[in-house]
Order: sequence, then structure tokens, then C-alpha cells
Amino acid sequence: MIRWLLLFLGGALLGGVVHLFTVIILPRTATQDAYARLERVAAVNTVTTLPLPTPESATMPFMDPAFASAVCRYDLSQGPLKIIVPVSLAYTSISFYTRYDVAYYAINDRAAGPPRHRARFDDDPSSITTCRKKKTSPLPIG
Amino acid sequence: MRLLIGSLFALAVAALVGLGATYLALTGNVAFSSLTIGAWTAWPKMGTVDADPYARATIARTGQLPIALGDGVPFTAQADDQGKLLDGRCDVVISGVTPAARFWTVSLYGPNGDLVANSVNRYGFTSQEIVRHADGSFEIAVAPRANPGNWLPTGGVERYTLLLRFYDTAVGVSTKAGREVPMPAVNTRSCP
Repeated sequence: MIRWLLLFLGGALLGGVVHLFTVIILPRTATQDAYARLERVAAVNTVTTLPLPTPESATMPFMDPAFASAVCRYDLSQGPLKIIVPVSLAYTSISFYTRYDVAYYAINDRAAGPPRHRARFDDDPSSITTCRKKKTSPLPIG
Repeated sequence: MRLLIGSLFALAVAALVGLGATYLALTGNVAFSSLTIGAWTAWPKMGTVDADPYARATIARTGQLPIALGDGVPFTAQADDQGKLLDGRCDVVISGVTPAARFWTVSLYGPNGDLVANSVNRYGFTSQEIVRHADGSFEIAVAPRANPGNWLPTGGVERYTLLLRFYDTAVGVSTKAGREVPMPAVNTRSCP
């Protein structure tokens, strides 16, 4: 009896290790994460406008229906990135994400200042990351 | 033989406990440093490089792109102020004021993060189009049937999640309590 109890305790401890390992490894093995979803629709180093989310289809879950989004998967191995975004009265922002969908930087139109956004990144040149531009568009009012 | 059976038993327990805990953690919205004000909960660190491993795993599992903290902060509500789960067949009222933000939106999602189909194709409100009272407060009726004023249709679904996103706001990692951040109240008014 004691023997089985010890085996159970040992198994539970090992289970803790399995739990931590799976949580840490999960972002690297996920096949349906945001990057994988965007990989299907967006080419590297081009800005792709995403369709507005509808109940039938959305590129990603929990997209804000009040925003028009565009993504650009960028590869810094060929050189630095320069993004120029025209501003309007509507709220506009650019967010930068790592390959594993962690947001590491964002700037909006007011913080960037007139006349144009100028964001330049010369960090790790081997990483491919995701950037997102958002722009308000009025919702249909009915 | 006893050793073999014993080891297999221990390994089976390990797999069950480990994978079970991972599954529960990722489906139950477990992430550290959450900020709860009334019915609303936010994880401001989810949109930063300081996101903990549970937040990162949740992001990867759901397939969403979190809002960067420099962009905005999303607050979710799955239950009203009394702790009653939001029901799409009931009339729920969101009322009050919001913390200072340049722009905010409130949207309604089904359990998997998809928008809910409805007859008027309205999935949310923005701070620019909402009808307010004279004192600046507002009231949004989240209901299956048409309501006067700001009506957010639920499409009659059983469970839904409300997302209140503040863009360009001071609410963030350093926000501690509800006193400095007034969040709108969520109340179930009537249920059929």
C-alpha cells in the first residue's frame, strides 16, 4: 500500500514537471496560433489588409470589429524596416509582435506625431515577426 | 514485473496530472497579475514582453493577437456584477462611465471568440457613436430584442463574453484598484 502511495506521489511530482514543460513548449508547437493563421493570408514584407471580422469568418478570434487591420510579416535579415503610415483623424496605431505573438512595441498616431509615423527597427535581423496596423472605420449604425 | 507495473503506474499518473493541469490552466483563463474591477478583468501584462508562460500559452492556444499595452488594454466580462454568467436570452445593462481613454470599443463575442450573428449586423459600439446622457454617462442594453437607445444584440446565444477595449489610455500595469478607474456596471435586468 505504502509502495503504491509512493509511486503515486512520484508520478504526481513528475506530472508537475510535465505540466511546466508542456506550458512552456506549447507556443512553439501550436499550429493554429495567430502567426500560423496570418501565414496563410499574408506574404513576407508586404502589407496585407485583413477582411473585417464577421460571425461567419474571422482571420483571428477576438478581432475588434471597429478596426480595420492590416498585417505585415517582416523579415529583417535583408535590412532594416521602415513603415510610413498616413494619418487621419481616426485613431491609428502600429503594434509589433514576435514570431510567437508576443507584443513588444506599439505606437499610435498621436505619440508618433505629425506629419507621419516614423518607426524604425534595427533589432535582431534574423527574426521574422508580425506587425499590425489598425485604423478606425465607423461601424454601420442601424 | 512489479517494478515494471509500478513504473507504468507512476508514468500514467504523471501524464494525467501534467496534461490535465495544462489543459485546465489554458481553458480556465489562468494568468498571473490580473486586474479585476467590478465585472471586468484585464491582464495588462499579456500585451507586453513580460507576459508569463501561461499567458503566452493561452495566446498560442486561442490564436488571438493580443493588444499591445502601448496600444490599449482589453477588459473582459463573462459575468455581471453579481457573478451571474452573462446570458444572451436576458436583458443586461452596461451603465456608467469609463476610465479616460482617447477611444474605446465594446464588443460581444461567442465562446470561441467569434462575433455573434444578429439581424442588424451590429457587433459592438465605439466611444464615438454611443448615445450619452447629459452628464457623460451612458447605458448600453445588451439584449436579444430591440431596445431604445444603445442596443447591442446578443442573437439569443446562451453564453457570451463582452470585451471593453481602451485605446491610448493611462490604465495599465501600474493600475491597482477600482477607485481611480471607474468601470461601467454590468447588471442583469430581466430574464425570461
